[in-house]
This record gives sequence, structure tokens and C-alpha cells, in this order.
Amino acid sequence: MFAYIMRRLGILLVILFGSSFILYNLAAISGDPLEGLRTSSEPSAKQQIVTLTRELNLNVPPPARYFLWLRGILGLFVGHIDFGNARNGQPVSGLVQHAIPVTIRLVTMATIVAIILGITVGIVTALRQYSRFDYAMTFVSFLMYSLPVFWVAVLLKQYLAIRFNTFLRNPTVPPGYIFAFSCMSGIFWAGVVSGSRKRVIQIFVIVAVATGALLEILSLLNWFTHPGLGPIFLFASAVGTAFGVTQVSVGIRNKPALKAALAMAVLALISYYPSQYLFKHSPHVSTLVLMALFTILLGAIVGRIFAKIDRGPVMRTSMITGFVISLLMVLDKFMQTWAPYMETDAINGRPVPTIGQANSLLDQSDFWMSTLDTLMHLILPTIALTLISFAGYVRFTRGTLLDVLNADYIRTARAKGLTERTVVMRHAFRNTLIPLTTIIVVDFAGIIGGAIITESVFGWVGMGTLFRQAISSFDLNLLMAVFFITASLSVVANLIADLLYSALDPRIRVGAGK
Amino acid sequence: MAIFKRKEVELATTDASENAIANKETEGLSQRQIVFRRFVGHRAAMISVFVLAFLTLFVYSALDFKLGPWKIHGWWKYRIEDIPELRTKDCPGGNIGCPTLSLRPKFLGGAGFGLGEHPFGQDDIGRDYFALVMKGAQRSIMVMFVVGIVGGVLGTVIGAISGFFRGTIDAVLMRFTDFIITIPSIIIGSVIGFHFGNLGATFLAFYLGLFSWTGLSRLVRGEFLKLRELEFVDAARVAGASNRRIIFKHILPNAVGVIIVSVTLLMSGAILLETALSYIGFGVVAPDVSLGLLISQYQDSFTSRPYLFWYPGFFIIAIALSVNFIGDGLRDAFDPRQRRRLSLRDRRVGQIQATKAKNKGGE
Repeated sequence: MFAYIMRRLGILLVILFGSSFILYNLAAISGDPLEGLRTSSEPSAKQQIVTLTRELNLNVPPPARYFLWLRGILGLFVGHIDFGNARNGQPVSGLVQHAIPVTIRLVTMATIVAIILGITVGIVTALRQYSRFDYAMTFVSFLMYSLPVFWVAVLLKQYLAIRFNTFLRNPTVPPGYIFAFSCMSGIFWAGVVSGSRKRVIQIFVIVAVATGALLEILSLLNWFTHPGLGPIFLFASAVGTAFGVTQVSVGIRNKPALKAALAMAVLALISYYPSQYLFKHSPHVSTLVLMALFTILLGAIVGRIFAKIDRGPVMRTSMITGFVISLLMVLDKFMQTWAPYMETDAINGRPVPTIGQANSLLDQSDFWMSTLDTLMHLILPTIALTLISFAGYVRFTRGTLLDVLNADYIRTARAKGLTERTVVMRHAFRNTLIPLTTIIVVDFAGIIGGAIITESVFGWVGMGTLFRQAISSFDLNLLMAVFFITASLSVVANLIADLLYSALDPRIRVGAGK
Repeated sequence: MAIFKRKEVELATTDASENAIANKETEGLSQRQIVFRRFVGHRAAMISVFVLAFLTLFVYSALDFKLGPWKIHGWWKYRIEDIPELRTKDCPGGNIGCPTLSLRPKFLGGAGFGLGEHPFGQDDIGRDYFALVMKGAQRSIMVMFVVGIVGGVLGTVIGAISGFFRGTIDAVLMRFTDFIITIPSIIIGSVIGFHFGNLGATFLAFYLGLFSWTGLSRLVRGEFLKLRELEFVDAARVAGASNRRIIFKHILPNAVGVIIVSVTLLMSGAILLETALSYIGFGVVAPDVSLGLLISQYQDSFTSRPYLFWYPGFFIIAIALSVNFIGDGLRDAFDPRQRRRLSLRDRRVGQIQATKAKNKGGE
């Protein structure tokens, strides 16, 4: 194994060397960085040409200059990487250091959302193969494949940001919208659940009425300007979570698991006020992380107490329930911050921003306020990026799950008399995750390249901005730094994907044989 | 949860008869005929073929078209160079150059169906937006085909050579492929586009094609590696066929499915790449026209003149979507494992035939 990884790392270095050499020369011969200065009539132009030529070694032919650049990069091995200087004399490393976290923040959220939604919808379409729902989702995912992200981004800005902000001035949902939303969610859930015609109509009516009633109540209660769950709704949604997680995880008939999950909901209700105190007096990321860990631990203990024979599944159920509930509590806290956030001068009642990565006018001292602000700025870019990668996950999950469902061991599992839920979730879905993991790892690296456009549309200052700046000013060092980081990420991601694949699937053995 | 429910009975009983019907359908047909039939049977793909063909004809015949010494006049009255007077009459909200396209019939209170003077409106200086969008769509379609052809040919040749000859050639070519594949397409596209974009869209498309063959060549190589070990290749070699003959007559026809499918995907990717590059200013540049460029120019006027933004986007989506569906149809048609889902009618016909055959056998 060690030898295999070493060999792969060697190949990886060769690939990085080759591709950077190609790009360096391609970029160097395709333009002249001094062109603007040569034709300039400024008196200092000549002097600038001389300085730039000396600083950027422009008198050295590109293939040789590449090795000068490479010398700085090879500093990686002695702990001091040197990307050279940008045209304006700033060291590229400094620029990149500021840009990377921004891009990572942009991409992480979108990737997580796309994975969760994509896998869920993919599973449902595979289980409902050739149904109307399947066809509709196929069409939707093809449509998303074909959407230009910059075009969607403008639409999102208009309809999700500007219109929504205007709506918040007077937050009552008009009857037409309530009707449309109700019908849409009714159709969606009827498609998901499927079954006999009578059942489909039942589901449609129930969901449509529930959605309509919910929207009406929310708009009557002024929930859109003063959202919040409060202890009662938090408890209600925690109970709902408990039932949902139990059903998907072990099935609702497993009484110990259900009891454990419900106990977690009760614990959430009890700890509501203590946690509010904690949120108020210790507003840090570390508090949240510790709280999540504590809830998971608590889940494990509760599961252990309630479990009779199947300790593992019950503990897992209550742990997942606990984690989801702690997310709900944090969400509740953000909802409470919403009203004061809306009233600040910086926001002035228009909370969904169309551009930028943070509101510079906002007082950043309050943890909840500034985090909420960051999240609000993430909303539109995340949706745009999610729309693009969502389609791929849906198609991939659907295809893989269908392949797996045709496998012999699924037939065996069914023959043993296992429930369909166990067969799908434990036998089929877990095996679908193996190829999916590798795709996800590779995608995460690839999406950073895709973020270039998104950053430009939403005015984020990350790697994409550096990249555009590099191209339009013929800044070779800057361009190569951006490339080097994205390319290294993608080759390393490929390696990780291969190793993960072999770790997850015992049939694949890397490095065995030739 | 009802989601896990399954129609066990139906699946079990129809499996055998479905096989029988599927076999019946392909009896006595060549591979090519089977693929063609399957493709024609894919409704979304067939609709897309017609949409794409119609769009291409519509878009290219709208404006003047020069083909060597011949010049074909377009049916649309304006050229992109024309600067007619800005329309101010009947425009809502004091806008100028609003669109005249009307789809609402007269009895519903509209102006009746008609294109009018400027169906998509006019841009800032009064140029006819319909003509501009047509030109942009021409660019996109051209880029799509050029990238498809250049990338397809290069990818097939490189993949075929390294898959067939293996050894050192394979190692060198595949390492080279790795080099190119590591560079994200948007980065390489921008470097090329920014510096060669002013040479014209055809050049840009050609260069983009030069760097977009990598994925395809890997697939083709894999296919060749698999096929060259099969018996029919051995048989051909024993019969004295040359390498060239084996490649072109024996292996390539079997790999054509993989090639065609991934070329269509390459093409739909190319149109999105070109428009994205033009959008960030590294692709087709003014005074030339591209759909991405039009969107980037008029995205800020979305609130006041949304039509300047909608129409270019619709054309991008229409083209990319139909190419994607064609690709999907082709994949289904070429995939031997793929069995078309039988309609209720097919099943009934199949059952009737099966019972008939049984009765005949019994007599």
C-alpha cells in the first residue's frame, strides 16, 4: 500500500510538472505583458518596461523562464513556497492566501447541498423508475445541465433577492401564490410517494391543503419578518425529526429506537432554555461544535439505555436524531437574530444581498449577526452552484442504484425476507455510496474551477477574481498560482478517490499486481 | 413509508415475456438497424433532433450567409450592422426599442400573432436585437460543431492509437492526456480565448477543440483495449488483416457508440463553455456577437428591459438541451444492456403472440 501511494505521488508530481509546463508556455506565447506599455505615450513607460522586464525575467525565453518559476514552487519541499510576484510587485502568495478561504467557503456549502439533494432525488427516481416523477426529474436534471450559470444567476438575483426583499416590506402571501405553491408541493409529494390512483389523489390533497394552511398561518403571524421556532415548535419539529429518522434508519416498528429518538426530542425541550443561555453568553463556533458533539454523545447514551438486542442501530438512530435537533436549535437562534438583523441600518429591511461576500457596513462584533450576514451572502451563489452540480448527482445516483438493485445479493436479501426498506437503505444504498464517494471527491476539486464564473457574477473576491485579473493583465505568476492550486487539488482529489474506493470496496485492491 | 413499496408480482411475471418481446423486436435486424430503431423510438431525442435542425436552419437562413463566392440573402430584413431608428411609440414605461413580437391573438385583446418590426426589440444604439441574437446563435452552433469535430477526431485518433498499439506510445500519449486534462477547461479556454478571441469565433472554436479531446481519448482507449482482445480481432489477424484494416473495419465500428455519445456531450459542453467565456470577456469579443456577450452586456438592464436578457438565454438553453437529449437517446440506443421499457400495449401484443404460439405448438 505504502509503495503504491508513493508511486502514485510520483506520477502526480510528473503530471503537475507537465501540465504546468504546457500552460506556462501557452500563456506566455499567447500574449505580451508589455504590450500596453510599448504603445503607451507616458514618459515613464520606458522605465516601467525595464523594471518589469528585470523583475519578471521577461528577457528569458518562456521555456527557460518556466524553470525559474518552478524553482520557487519547489520550495514547497523545504516549507517555503514562492509563487513569485504579481505585476504590481505584491507577492502572489499573499494574494492567494486571502482568496482561497473565500472560494472554499463558496464551494463547500454548494457541494454539501447538491450532494444531499442530488442523492435523495436520485434514490427516489431510481425506486420510482419510469414513473411520471422519474420522467419529470430526468427532464429537470437535463434542463439544469443545459443552464448557463451566469444566466441563472441574474434570474436568481431578480426573483429571489430583489423581489423577495420587496415582498418582506409587506409580508402577506397573495392567494394566487398560495394556490400555486400548494399545487406544486402537492404534485411533487404525490409523485414521490406514488401508488394507486386513489392514494396519489389523497396525498395530493393532504399536502396541498397542509402547504396552503402553513403559508396562510405564517403570513398571518408575520412569520416572515419575525421568524422563530420557540420551545413548542422546536419540540414539535424535534418529534417529527425523531419519527422521520427512525423510519429511514431502522423502521418505525422498532420500538426501542423510536423511544430513544423521542427521548432525544424531550431532552431538546428540556435543554431549550439552557442552550439559549449558552448561545447568548458564549457565541463562538467552538461552542456550536462542542454542543453538536455533546448531543451526539448524549444520543449514544440514550440509545444505549433504550436498546434491547440491537444496540448499534438504535444508538445510531438517536445519535442522528440528536444531531439534526441540535441543527434545528441553531437554526432557531438564527431565526431569532433575523428581526434585529433586518432592522440594522446596514440591512434596512432588504436582507437578501445580490452581490459581495459580506456587508461591510454591518457591525461585525456580534457573532450571530455576522454569521447570519455571511450565510445570507452565501444563499444566491450556493443556489446557483447547486443547480449545476445537482443534475450530475441525480443521474449518477439513479444509474448506480439501478445497477445495484439488479445485483444478485439484492435478490438474496429479498429472499431472506428482509423488508424493502432494509434492502434499499442497507444493502443497495450503501453499495451505491461507494462509486458516489469517488465522484464527490473529484467533483469538489472540479467545482473550484467552475466557481470562477459564479464569483464573477456575484462579485466575490476569491480565486476566480484573481484568475480574471491574471488573464486580463497578462500576469503569468498570478495565473500559474491559481492554476497550480486548482490542479494540485484535483490530482490529489483523484488520488484520494482511488484510495477511498479501495478502502470502501474490498473487491478493488490497489497496487496489487501490475 | 410507501416509497419502499414495490410491485413484486408484476415484476416477476413480466420479466420472461418482456425478454421474449424484446428478442422478437430485434429478430433479423442488423446492429445498425437496431440502434436506429431504438433511437427513433426515443421520443425526447427525436423531438430534439427536429428542434435542433429547425433552429439551425432558422438561425442560419435569417441573416446573409456567405459561402465562398456565393452569397445567400437572409430572410430577415435587418443585418447586425444596420442601425434603424429606435422605436419609441407604444413602449411601456417610457422605454425605447421595446420588442414587437406578439403571440397573443386578437380575440384575447392582443395585437395578433406577428413578428412586427423588431420582434426582440432593439439594443442601446438601435440595432435590431433579433438579428443580433440570430448572429449569436449562429456563433454558438458553429462553435459547438467545430469543437465537436476537432475534439472528436483528435480524441478518437489519439485514443485509438494508444489503445491499439499499447506500450510506449500508449504511455506517452496518455501521460500527455493527463497533462491536458489537469488544466481546467475554463482556465485553458480563457487563456486561449483572451488572446485568440479577436482572431474570430472560428479560430476560438478551433483552439477550444484542440484542447477538449482528453476525456474522449481516454474512453476510446479503454474501448480499444477491451475490443482488441476479443476473438473476432484475433480471427481477422489470423486471416491476414493489416493493422489499418483491423482498426477501421473491425474495432472502430464497435467503438462508435462510445465515440458518438461522448462527442454529443462534448458539444453541449462546448456551447456552455463558449458562452461562459464570452460572458466573462475572454471569448468572442465585440464587435463580434455571441449569446454570452449579449447577456453580459444587458444583464444590468434586466429590470427595465428584460427581453434583452431572456432571448439569448432561451437560445442557449434550447440548443444545449436538445443536444443533451440527443446524446441521451444515442446512449440508450447504443447500450445493449438497455432495454426499452415496454408499454402496456406492447405487453398485451406480446402476451397474445405468446399464447398464439403456445396454441400452435399444442395443436
